Amino acid sequence: MGFLDIRNVTKSYGLVEVLHQVDIEVEEGEFLVLVGPSGCGKSTLLNMIAGLESITSGDIAINGRVVNGVHPSKRNIAMVFQSYALYPNMTVGQNMTFGLEMHGVPKAEREAALADVARLLQIENLLDRKPGQLSGGQRQRVAMGRALVRNPDVFLFDEPLSNLDAKLRVDMRTEIKKLHEKLKTTIVYVTHDQIEAMTLSTRIAVMYQGYVQQLGTPKEIYDTPANVYVATFMGSPAMNVVPARVGQHNGVPHAVVTTQDGRAQALRFSQPNMAAWEGREILLGLRPEAITDPEGADRNSANIVGLSNRIGVTEPAGADTFVTMELGGRDVIARMRADANVAAGQEFSFAVNMEKAVAFDPETERRIAP
Amino acid sequence: MAVAEQDTAVRTGRGTRIFIYGILLLFALFYMMPLFVMVANSLKPLPEITGGNMMALPETWTVEPWLKAWSTAQIGVEPTGLRPYFINSILMVVPAVAISTILGALNGYVLTKWSFRGDKIIFGLLLFSCFIPFQIVLIPMANLLGKMGLAGSIPGLVLVHVVYGIGFSTLYFRNYYAVFPTELVRAAMIDGAGFFRIFWRIMLPVSGPIAVVCVIWQFTNIWNDFLFGASFGGQSQPMTVALNNLVQSSTGVKEYNVHFAGAILAALPTLLVYIVAGRYFVRGLMAGSVKG
Ligand SMILES: Nc1ncnc2c1ncn2[C@@H]1O[C@H](COP(=O)(O)OP(=O)(O)O)[C@@H](O)[C@H]1O
Ligand SMILES: [Mg+2]
Repeated sequence: MGFLDIRNVTKSYGLVEVLHQVDIEVEEGEFLVLVGPSGCGKSTLLNMIAGLESITSGDIAINGRVVNGVHPSKRNIAMVFQSYALYPNMTVGQNMTFGLEMHGVPKAEREAALADVARLLQIENLLDRKPGQLSGGQRQRVAMGRALVRNPDVFLFDEPLSNLDAKLRVDMRTEIKKLHEKLKTTIVYVTHDQIEAMTLSTRIAVMYQGYVQQLGTPKEIYDTPANVYVATFMGSPAMNVVPARVGQHNGVPHAVVTTQDGRAQALRFSQPNMAAWEGREILLGLRPEAITDPEGADRNSANIVGLSNRIGVTEPAGADTFVTMELGGRDVIARMRADANVAAGQEFSFAVNMEKAVAFDPETERRIAP
Repeated sequence: MAVAEQDTAVRTGRGTRIFIYGILLLFALFYMMPLFVMVANSLKPLPEITGGNMMALPETWTVEPWLKAWSTAQIGVEPTGLRPYFINSILMVVPAVAISTILGALNGYVLTKWSFRGDKIIFGLLLFSCFIPFQIVLIPMANLLGKMGLAGSIPGLVLVHVVYGIGFSTLYFRNYYAVFPTELVRAAMIDGAGFFRIFWRIMLPVSGPIAVVCVIWQFTNIWNDFLFGASFGGQSQPMTVALNNLVQSSTGVKEYNVHFAGAILAALPTLLVYIVAGRYFVRGLMAGSVKG
């Protein structure tokens, strides 16, 4: 049993079920990120934890207590909303202590808590301002401050950074991470941004169409995605997924793929269980950074395989150069070193790190290896 | 105003400008004309009106007609002036406006932030009440007021106007609160504020603009109402009915100067409400609550 238990939770609006049998155990101090495209049910799940939406079936327990019928204010949670939801008529200080006031905390204690949090977030000089007089980043801080003052069991964040501009978003992301490392409070954090999910979380739940597709550490999600959806949703540029046939050479299974000019090329698998798939079609998943120029190949990998193919387009992106080619009838992106000597239309010898290859069943789209 | 001018899309030349201001001035004068006639004639002795030009300024200025209209003119059979009726109107309009505005705000709050099964139908019915003609309800209302023991009293009039006003005040507040961010209400719920506390501390403080609109609307309508006042006023008739009785009195000479003064007295409070309340009609109270 975890600190925050979501057991078989379902949500329906009328006859439409928008969340199906969600089962997540969150340990105390964890940073769980719910990530998925818009409309997949992330906010609904978060609001159910907060008590703002009723639970159709299943249980939610916080700190060992089932909270299904418990009022939001009595769950000992605090929430940061996407729109910040600051009370426009109150000063920053009043905004932050409103919850304590409602909970009957004496004024002296409220002031002390406010001073602590204001110092932590460096917003001491803003306390007498109204939300209307703050910049976006400052409002964001105040919204977090309002949650922090409550000193709750669980923090709930609903896309807190999505209204900030790109630069500020990265800064605030780092700050949230630091904050979590300092406070060690359990956090459930909703975002549609897979980079936020990867950088912040201790564990990620990837959601799609009301199902939790996979629950795991960022590394598990990235290296061993449960299915094609998770594989392509997490990571940027997305994982390449190409049709391949499993062949065999000297008793070792290979993935046979078709190059742009129709030649078959065999890529040796490191995953022994692929032998069982010999002669069958699969989907081969290769992340862009697993297809490189030979000089850029991972030296620690025991299975770098050559692949010669014609380069479609090159896209220098500063730190890397991305190269597009056609493989198995699909567009595939490879990630070269910035100064790799590549040109469009050229026949090039790529290095494929097959240790990192993932294979999927083409019918169920589930991962079959590694 | 300077900002607004900079925003104007079309740059206008001098000639166009003179033309526009000329037209505007003309219309302004046209609309001011009745008021001018009323004020001018209310400050003349009666012979100047009956014997002379209605459009002229007074030759001898006098406030006598005003004093008479206010305290000694014959209203019906009593020489009381308009004063007691003015007080009746105030006693009726203040609670009626206050109650219907507060109830409208509560209704709007419930209909938008505490949605329940059938809320749309309830709102539809409330809206429908805005379109019921006064005449239809006169007899059933009289019946009801009689049964409640409120016939011919100020509380009875207040009740009638509140019931009639709720439809509009609900409409105003519902539409205003519909775009009020629900996340604020949710945040307050998590903070531990209850139904009334959220209303009082979160919603009402930002409801200024719509409250002003609602108050102006209700005040004007209730103050100016004649039909309900005449039908249910009994011994507590409002200003409008008294003004009618003053002007329509069939005995003696028609004292036009007193009538003019009385009519202005009857219109003053609504004018005042427009001028005073309009000043508080400021925008931007919501600034900063949600993303900018
Ligand atoms: N009040 C509601 N009534 C009906 N459907 C809803 C309601 N709220 C959300 N939904 C549906 O539930 C699904 C999940 O919504 P939501 O949790 O807001 O998605 P996300 O936050 O992941 O973008 C969506 O398909 C949405 O249309
Ligand atoms: Mg959402």
